[in-house]
Amino acid sequence: MSELTNPENMEQLDDRKFTINFGPQHPAAHGVLRLVLELDGEIVDRVDPHIGLLHRGTEKLLEHKTYLQGIGYFDRLDYVAPMNQEHAFCMAVEKLASIPVPRRGEYIRVLYCEIGRILSHILNVTTQALDVGALTPPVWGFEEREKLMVFYERASGSRMHAHYFRPGGVHQDLPPKLIEDIGEWCEQFPAKLKDIDNLLTENRIFKQRNVDIGVVSKEEALEWGFSGVMVRGSGMAWDLRRAQPYSVYDELDFNIPVGKNGDCWDRYLIRIEEMLESVKIMKQCVEWLSRAENAGEVLPTNSKFAPPRRAEMKQSMEALIHHFKLYTEGVHVPVGEAYVAVEAPKGEFGVYLIADGTNKPYRVKIRAPGFAHLAAMDHISRGHQLADVSAILGSLDIVFGEIDR
Amino acid sequence: MNERLNELGEHISHHMDSAIKQWSVDYGELNISIYADRVGEVIKFLRDDRACRFTSLIDICGIDYPSRTERFEVVYHLLSMHMNHRIRIRTSTDEETPVASISDIFPVANWLEREAFDMYGIVFSGHPDLRRILTDYGFNGHPLRKDFPLSGYVEVRWDDEQKRVVYEPVELVQEYRDFDFLSPWEGAKYVIPGDEKAKGEGA
Repeated sequence: MSELTNPENMEQLDDRKFTINFGPQHPAAHGVLRLVLELDGEIVDRVDPHIGLLHRGTEKLLEHKTYLQGIGYFDRLDYVAPMNQEHAFCMAVEKLASIPVPRRGEYIRVLYCEIGRILSHILNVTTQALDVGALTPPVWGFEEREKLMVFYERASGSRMHAHYFRPGGVHQDLPPKLIEDIGEWCEQFPAKLKDIDNLLTENRIFKQRNVDIGVVSKEEALEWGFSGVMVRGSGMAWDLRRAQPYSVYDELDFNIPVGKNGDCWDRYLIRIEEMLESVKIMKQCVEWLSRAENAGEVLPTNSKFAPPRRAEMKQSMEALIHHFKLYTEGVHVPVGEAYVAVEAPKGEFGVYLIADGTNKPYRVKIRAPGFAHLAAMDHISRGHQLADVSAILGSLDIVFGEIDR
Repeated sequence: MNERLNELGEHISHHMDSAIKQWSVDYGELNISIYADRVGEVIKFLRDDRACRFTSLIDICGIDYPSRTERFEVVYHLLSMHMNHRIRIRTSTDEETPVASISDIFPVANWLEREAFDMYGIVFSGHPDLRRILTDYGFNGHPLRKDFPLSGYVEVRWDDEQKRVVYEPVELVQEYRDFDFLSPWEGAKYVIPGDEKAKGEGA
């Protein structure tokens, strides 16, 4: 009798666990994620995420670039909300070099960070729906994203990789027409969001796939280092914009939506709600920016951290020298270290910057929220059905640019 | 804010005195240096103590200082959402000496320590699964060390004849240019002896 036909072995073969590869080329993997799933029938026994397929060595590259050149790498981390990342890096440099930021610069930053939040949440909400079988929401949502990217382009010249924030403010002031258009967009967006909300929120299939799936308790959320929507979904009102206010968030009026059950459904609802709150913030920024008395500079021109204005360079020898030195040598940031965190759409995005007094950072550690969330994937998915893996992955809101760095 | 952090620093150094090398508050952030063999104990204290309650581990980060005998620093960032404060714990080690893993205290440390191991070769003792995490399968070396070149050692390409991806030594068409800008832009400060006296009196 051969090994396979032996009844004892047959029994072993029947109930053995099997292993499948999910990704790295799978549409529900949200990028290049390879999940090694150990399954017991349809039940997930163990998940081993293999990450790093998009590792580009951002932290190593940053050690070899001047501070100004480094900003561009932050756009390429979480590439669905680029400016939120730039914000963290610029704030770290500002903290070490004590660079003041003009108020108008701060308001423009907040305006664009909230645009980034909406960009990211639209992408996440609609693709989460796609992962569980709804095809229409992404099509509707991406139309709005496209408009927002045009706002990015009109401010910075680039739809995604903006490189718009600078230590000390933003590169250029916004044209009045752009501020007006953003204001108009804010008026029409809630109705568009309502359409998506009508499609999904009370949809029976969507609810069946999300309610009570991937439940995260408060204790789990803490010990797994969660942040952002992942802790708010579990009922903790923690938002860095409110808890440790940076920029001008303490002057703005907005609410922090909090979930109850910590499941995928709650996290979805929070993201929808947060988009409306972001619109509220954007409206306040637009209103502030369009007031005549608030006109002014967006980047301090009298510091050695910002380039002189072009017109000045035609006249002044010193300005020309400054410009040249700034774009070749760059600025020297004084010795010190700082950890600065912002509330990015996905959670706490932190930059730990160590400066050694030269024109390049000695070390930059990027704290990506998605990294901690994905680390808990094994823990959250255990005992769920195979089909739930994609729903959970969708609600974790992961983007590989920031996880793999 | 700084006062609160100073108080917290006093509190921690009072309870964990023998484990702490020194502590300070810089740029509004609390830094504590500890001995490498006491990491687990200190982190556990910070998590459980009533005044600290650092229940979230934000990050574990390696830093390389090749000139030191203990060349690596391991930096832990913790956050307390209850008390709304942060702390930075640092310790140092060399290539061989392991640091105790804290993945039994904070499960998220599992991946963070894997990253520090992958990037620097810092070894964590008691870690359940110390594999590489971000680099390629079968990668050699630790890329974030200061003696690892920016271009790396190998490059990959698809070989059409062999029908597979092949690894080859890096060939740069143009040499990598790294400019030295250490000469100060601001120029030297010319201090004339005696000037400091005038300032002292004026103030």
